[in-house]
Amino acid sequence: MSEAIQSQEIGTPVFFDLDEHEHAPGSSTMLGFWIYLMSDCLIFAVLFATYGVLAGNYAAGPRPDEIFELPLLAVNTAMLLFSSITYGFSMIAMQNRKKEAVLGWLIVTALFGACFVGIELYEFAGLIHEGASPERSGFLSGFFTLVGTHGLHVTFGIIWMITLMVQVYKRGLIEANRRRLMCLSMFWHFLDVIWIGVFTFVYLIRVI
Amino acid sequence: MSSASHASTAHESGHHDDHHGHHESGESHSTMKGYMTGFILSVILTVIPFWLVMARPLEDAVLTGILVVLFAVAQIIVHMIYFLHMDSKSEGGWTGMALIFTVVLVVITISGSLWVMYHLNKNMMPMGAATMQGMSMDIDGVNAGESFQTKPDGNAASTAKPGDAAAH
Repeated sequence: MSEAIQSQEIGTPVFFDLDEHEHAPGSSTMLGFWIYLMSDCLIFAVLFATYGVLAGNYAAGPRPDEIFELPLLAVNTAMLLFSSITYGFSMIAMQNRKKEAVLGWLIVTALFGACFVGIELYEFAGLIHEGASPERSGFLSGFFTLVGTHGLHVTFGIIWMITLMVQVYKRGLIEANRRRLMCLSMFWHFLDVIWIGVFTFVYLIRVI
Repeated sequence: MSSASHASTAHESGHHDDHHGHHESGESHSTMKGYMTGFILSVILTVIPFWLVMARPLEDAVLTGILVVLFAVAQIIVHMIYFLHMDSKSEGGWTGMALIFTVVLVVITISGSLWVMYHLNKNMMPMGAATMQGMSMDIDGVNAGESFQTKPDGNAASTAKPGDAAAH
């Protein structure tokens, strides 16, 4: 579908190639998914900024050093870090085309992720029980919004992981499934990167 | 179908000399060594800031804070390299460009918000002390005495003319 356009010089048509070049299916998925992650990163940037602005507004309510339990946070951080490395093992198994190993490591990763979400919900329940609920102060609103959004991402990551486990189990490590596993890998490691920001800026430097 | 797409991938890599030409969907970067290096570095870079905050080997709060932030930045870079397999060549450099753009926006968003709101809080303090922050002012110290001496009916005046609050 090339169109001839009358050029300035009379009589010599100029051709523009308007056809899409041939792309392998999914060849641009990784870049597209990366751009999604970057936009997700901006969501978190806004939530970090909100927390940063509100972090001093205690409204005579609980202060960070009274309510944050660092040992629990350390366990939670370890869960997410372990889940990152086990996902890495799954990706290596995928390269070696070992379907059972991929599924096994994905299950381990999902369990670590579930532990993370479980511990976070336990922490939230404890805070709300103590009266440190989101509506108590600006600081707590910002805290619950930021940490809750991250937890929600992890939850959806786990749902996605279960979906992919079913896919891989039924159809094997076909190219489409390998691409999906790569995308989830980026998503999962991205969430770990965000968590570094959370445990540093939300927890650690607030209790120094 | 699959062989056709292989053929076209190979064909393309022929002319673009693309990084992901021979491996579809950009896999192939992961190695056991890379993941283990990243993991061990991450553990070290996580344990040290937790230790700095929980055991407080350094008395100086500011220094501790700066160190904790530096360890976080280092760990983010480690994750980017070893787990997300970022390098300047991936996807023809476009992931790197998107990352740089995002980092610029993140820095502007966060530092801009903190900067503007800090000055807003500081300049609005007479009103802010009485209406927004109330009790928490005694913790922050600044202007606490003044704000608590302001009578309830004085609030309306100080809302209209913030400068008057100091005169009360």
